[in-house]
Amino acid sequence: MKAELSPRTRTALYGLMCVLLIPFVFPTWWMVTSSIKPISDIFAFPPQLIPQSYDWTTYSKVFELQPFVRQYWNSAYIAALVTVGTMVVSSMAGYAFARIRFPYANTIFMIVLLGLLIPSEVTIVPLFQMFLKAGMVNTHWPLILVPIFGAPSVFATFVMRQFFVTLPAELEEAARVDGLGRFKIFAKIALPLAKPALASVAIFTFLHSWNLFLEPIVFLSSAEMFTLPQALTQYTDAYGGPMWNIQLAAATLTALPVLIVFVIAQKQFVEGLAHTGLKG
Amino acid sequence: MAVAQENARAEGRSFSPFWTIARRDSLAGFLFIAPQLVGIIAFVLIPLGLVFWYSLHEWNVLANTFTYTGGQNYRMLIEDESLLEVLGATAIFSAGLVILNMSLALLLAVLLNQKLAGIAIFRTLFFSPVVVSLVAWTIVWGFLLQKNGGINGMLLMLGIEGPNWLREETTAMISVIVVQVFKNVGLNMILFLAALQGVPKELYEAARIDGAPAFKQFRRITLPLISPTILLTSIITIVGSLQVFAQIAVLTQGGPGLSTTVLVYYLYQQAFQFHFFGYGSTLSILLFAIVAILTFAQWQMRKRIVFYES
Repeated sequence: MKAELSPRTRTALYGLMCVLLIPFVFPTWWMVTSSIKPISDIFAFPPQLIPQSYDWTTYSKVFELQPFVRQYWNSAYIAALVTVGTMVVSSMAGYAFARIRFPYANTIFMIVLLGLLIPSEVTIVPLFQMFLKAGMVNTHWPLILVPIFGAPSVFATFVMRQFFVTLPAELEEAARVDGLGRFKIFAKIALPLAKPALASVAIFTFLHSWNLFLEPIVFLSSAEMFTLPQALTQYTDAYGGPMWNIQLAAATLTALPVLIVFVIAQKQFVEGLAHTGLKG
Repeated sequence: MAVAQENARAEGRSFSPFWTIARRDSLAGFLFIAPQLVGIIAFVLIPLGLVFWYSLHEWNVLANTFTYTGGQNYRMLIEDESLLEVLGATAIFSAGLVILNMSLALLLAVLLNQKLAGIAIFRTLFFSPVVVSLVAWTIVWGFLLQKNGGINGMLLMLGIEGPNWLREETTAMISVIVVQVFKNVGLNMILFLAALQGVPKELYEAARIDGAPAFKQFRRITLPLISPTILLTSIITIVGSLQVFAQIAVLTQGGPGLSTTVLVYYLYQQAFQFHFFGYGSTLSILLFAIVAILTFAQWQMRKRIVFYES
């Protein structure tokens, strides 16, 4: 399999990959280009792969029809808080499960792992009732607290544990001889070594929070509180039909920044996610 | 000054008869896991108990009544004719998604594992939908799949009249599966690629010397060695497929008819659109049971199918 490929095989492989790429790349291109076409052109036949004229007013409508800046901020700050919070909670728990001996550690680990088995959809009804009683419906608290401490962070804890298990014991023993306490060993020695694992935890936590859809539509009811995924679906006309050009413009504004960050840091993204300890 | 104090404290502790290293470690361990454990109790275990409790009740939100009805919601579950359709749709969706996702991911990983110039660019592009906002991705596909949308436009240029993808039962189901596969297949692709790169090259060389054809090498060497990854990704993909909600809500709202109403979407409708919280809770228990059984079954299969070196 690793022999040098013949030129003909090589051309065939490139050809195959280019064809396969179409459904992965074209939708993003179509989203961006359609968002700057005048409304009369977006369903034109034949389809305009490259816009023939431009209409930028669509983008100003995105901001006129809804408090889009506010919604953008909501999504961004929630995702940032959830990412940082999950990194703290999961690295501490993962470290303890991997390196500290304490009573019932295995039993507790099994209980925590239950979170992997219970998708948040299963508990959405009681969670809604709990937050309703606490007066936190139509606030961002459910979207912040549940991911950081509840089921979604369990996967992160698992990844961190798998990483900390691989650290050599000598590192900690040396630190103990120097009189460092547990917390200092964790913060000064173990954590700095865990940067790759932390990076992948940060990436998938951010994406998870950024994409959350069921929870926002269950918990949030006013436009100023909406997050982006929810806001995108609200650009509808009087009959409830989507205003396509405005939805596409808002979708472009939502998708492009993350895509750009990804292209710049794609090596960390891809390699980070490949090393999440999922290799069995 | 601070250092001296710190040393004194450290020494004091190590001589203290009660705070032995083991005791201090136990305390540290509990403190480290406390946030996660409290979170799991508050946001997973208590809600799981509550959802079971709710499922035994009839809950009328408008009249504000909450009456114990025992197994009545569960009898409703069995008699609910829509539910059969919903479970059928869920099964078709999950099976279609997992088969398509896993085989495409494996194909792409094998392609990306070839020694070709510029392969990293392909890897980046195949992965890119993973980082595109889910609802943004779904909206573009919804736009492309309109009767007069981009896909039918291109088909028409080839002289084919395309269907109204999202408004016909079969094509609606195919559409929601395909949209989801292209969105997330990059994740499995990357995990497979990492597994493929972990297969020792000497094995292939030995096989080549023995004259084994490429296909046989793939079946006899590659597949067994990456089978742990296949198992784990298939568990994650199946559980993930049961959680799909946004795509259905945006593309088809479960329609036409009930053809794309998967269990989570049905649960959402019953609980949060029709306010049947009791029955919605019963559906949650059903979802939990399905996830638990599938995970358990796959974990059992591990012993028979997965190859371990040791």
